[in-house]
Amino acid sequence: MKSSVATLVATLMGALFGAGLVVSGMSNPANVLNFLDLAAIPTGTWDARLMFVMGGGVLVTAIGFPWLMRRARPMFADKFAWPTSSTIDQRLVIGAALFGIGSGLAGYCPGPAFANVGASMATGIRDMLFFVPAMLIGMWAATKFR
Amino acid sequence: MNFADTQPFIAAAAGGILIGLSAFLMMWLIGRITGVSGIAAGLMSNSSDSRRGWRIAFVAGLVFAGFAMQPFASATTIQSISPPMLLAAGLLVGFGSVLGSGCTSGHGVCGLGRRSIRSLVATVTFMGAAFMTIFLLRHVFI
Repeated sequence: MKSSVATLVATLMGALFGAGLVVSGMSNPANVLNFLDLAAIPTGTWDARLMFVMGGGVLVTAIGFPWLMRRARPMFADKFAWPTSSTIDQRLVIGAALFGIGSGLAGYCPGPAFANVGASMATGIRDMLFFVPAMLIGMWAATKFR
Repeated sequence: MNFADTQPFIAAAAGGILIGLSAFLMMWLIGRITGVSGIAAGLMSNSSDSRRGWRIAFVAGLVFAGFAMQPFASATTIQSISPPMLLAAGLLVGFGSVLGSGCTSGHGVCGLGRRSIRSLVATVTFMGAAFMTIFLLRHVFI
């Protein structure tokens, strides 16, 4: 693959992804936490938005990915890098559980964290000064864990 | 208040579709899975598949959109989160998402679209853990 094409595509798609996060309200951690607070359902103050965001995203991939799986190769690369593992093991479950606890503590997952690095340049909110370095250290530590 | 808050469900579904389109086009055009934790972790590993250019580009685009789209951002606010809590949350999110091979984008948006049982198990696990965490934080420990 021409790396200049990959770089251009990835830049645009990163921006499209970030635009989706902002427009959907999911770059704002308050909306994520207010969705996670299921105890708010009976009181009528629950924020259901995250469900619609996931629904919209999965709608596109659930239609688009099976169509791509029947194709031989991507437009500008040699092969599709589809994930190959189907193993369900402790690593998967423990990792997902720790990730879930972390995202429940502050309302940030990796995509919104990066979008908020950009947002902070406009808003001055300093959360990402703490969250992102810690997240990168956590990621680095997990890559050493293999 | 703007579109994200005045038309919350339309904005949420529309934003979700943009995220799904990003994942679809990443795969169709350059054959890559749009998993943000995997993309970021790949910046820090030395594996054979660690060509970094597209990873840096994706993250740069994501950061840029976070800045440029700020006028459209949802204005909901909650009590601010303390720095120690942010550090703990960051460590758990980073470590957990890489140990479990994916986050909301990789396992959620992409994995569920591929009808992967492994990703379904991961998604149900992290959503469940997040629901329990916020329940304890808001309703048990206060």
